[in-house]
Amino acid sequence: MTPAPDLTISGRANIGETPLFAQLTLALRAGQWTCLLGGSGVGKTTVLRLIAGLGAGAEFTGNITASDGQPVPDRVAYMAQNDLLLPWATVAQNVSLGARLRGQKPDLNRRDRLIDRMRLTDHMTKKPAELSGGQRQRVALARTLMEDRPIVLLDEPFSALDARTRADMQDLAAEALQGRTVLLVTHDPGEAARLGQSIVVMTQQGLTPCEPPQAPAPRHVDDLETLEAQGALLRLLREEAA
Amino acid sequence: MKYLSALVATVFALALWQGIVWITGLPKFILPGPVLVAETWWQNRWLIAEHTWITAVEVVIGLACGTVLGVITAMQLANSRAARVLVQPMLVFTQALPVFALAPLLTLWLGYGLWSKVAMAVLIIYFPITSSFFDGLMRTPPGYLDLARTMQANRHAVLWRIRIPAALPSLASGMRLAAVYAPIGAVIGEWVGSSQGLGYLMLLANGRAKTDLMFAAMLTLGVFSILLHLIVRRATARMAGEAR
Repeated sequence: MTPAPDLTISGRANIGETPLFAQLTLALRAGQWTCLLGGSGVGKTTVLRLIAGLGAGAEFTGNITASDGQPVPDRVAYMAQNDLLLPWATVAQNVSLGARLRGQKPDLNRRDRLIDRMRLTDHMTKKPAELSGGQRQRVALARTLMEDRPIVLLDEPFSALDARTRADMQDLAAEALQGRTVLLVTHDPGEAARLGQSIVVMTQQGLTPCEPPQAPAPRHVDDLETLEAQGALLRLLREEAA
Repeated sequence: MKYLSALVATVFALALWQGIVWITGLPKFILPGPVLVAETWWQNRWLIAEHTWITAVEVVIGLACGTVLGVITAMQLANSRAARVLVQPMLVFTQALPVFALAPLLTLWLGYGLWSKVAMAVLIIYFPITSSFFDGLMRTPPGYLDLARTMQANRHAVLWRIRIPAALPSLASGMRLAAVYAPIGAVIGEWVGSSQGLGYLMLLANGRAKTDLMFAAMLTLGVFSILLHLIVRRATARMAGEAR
């Protein structure tokens, strides 16, 4: 894995003639979590997909650069709201999917260590349908870690989980993805306040950087400053939408 | 419960049939009753078995060949835009033709034996197999493809490890449909020209006003088709992703 770089995405996007978002510049700091917070339809997922080099259904004018000057899309790992586990493959096979799709031999020791780290050892040979939502998202996280990429793009990966499982997954992910350049796209102010080392609110008007709480992420769910930040972010979202 | 309701439905159908025969008083060469048909079936069981065997061989070979051809075609179509542009309209057009009209031609080309019937069965099932599997291959959940892309997957691996497994349930439903269609194809082939098989037996019995034998052969064909469908259904249960 190359050291995690800074990332800058700068440009605007149109869908046909209609602008999806106007000229904006988003900077992701190396080895840190940046939370991009916004409501539906403001184009936050588009930003993430553009960085990942995926078709975004929008025309993007601008550029996406890494501080080390190397190409970006082949150094990202991607995790979506839907866990995207292959239903016909076992947990172990899903975790090592990347290598198999590249025609390489997966590093089985590494795979087993990651599965163990995600507390999934008892479920290695199970199919995704036999797992709970939280377990499935842990498999997806193990698959993401297996890729060992310096840039990790998370598209609302925890939003379908119940409150307790979501908090557990947030802690686990924050710990596991330390040292990587992470972009977390979310619509949940609480999630941004817990995890963001830098927080940016995206609305129709553009990007608004916000001050993250002082405590190191992941912050406690009952940390007062974090709760205040959550409230402030929600108020900002509502004001901008009005 | 499932078997009981099937049994009740069968008994009801037989009673209805017998009732119509009694009420209308039709002569047995117009509409034989179920009891007579059952008797005829029993008397001619070896004859019917012999012809069933012939038809079964045609159907099974046809089903196998049609499935293999359909799967290959669907994969080519899914893999190449040129193939889609060139072949897909042709495929749809062949479906618009009455396949029955081709039966005499097939007999002319392939003779009176086994292969003209196999060809007929293949023709009938080729399209459902191809189109269902092709649809499945083209409707891979986009999230999987996104994931594969960020993993720098190669095309070949995506096809074999994601697109084909994701399309297997569609192929399974195509095969289940084919299991019902294939016997129809074989019997049409036999009608047009043959000296054995259930289609031939039905035609022969009809020509000699042995309507009871004709019914016996027809019902045998029906039972055979349902059995085949059940077997294919069972065989494709894992493909379809149904619980084991």
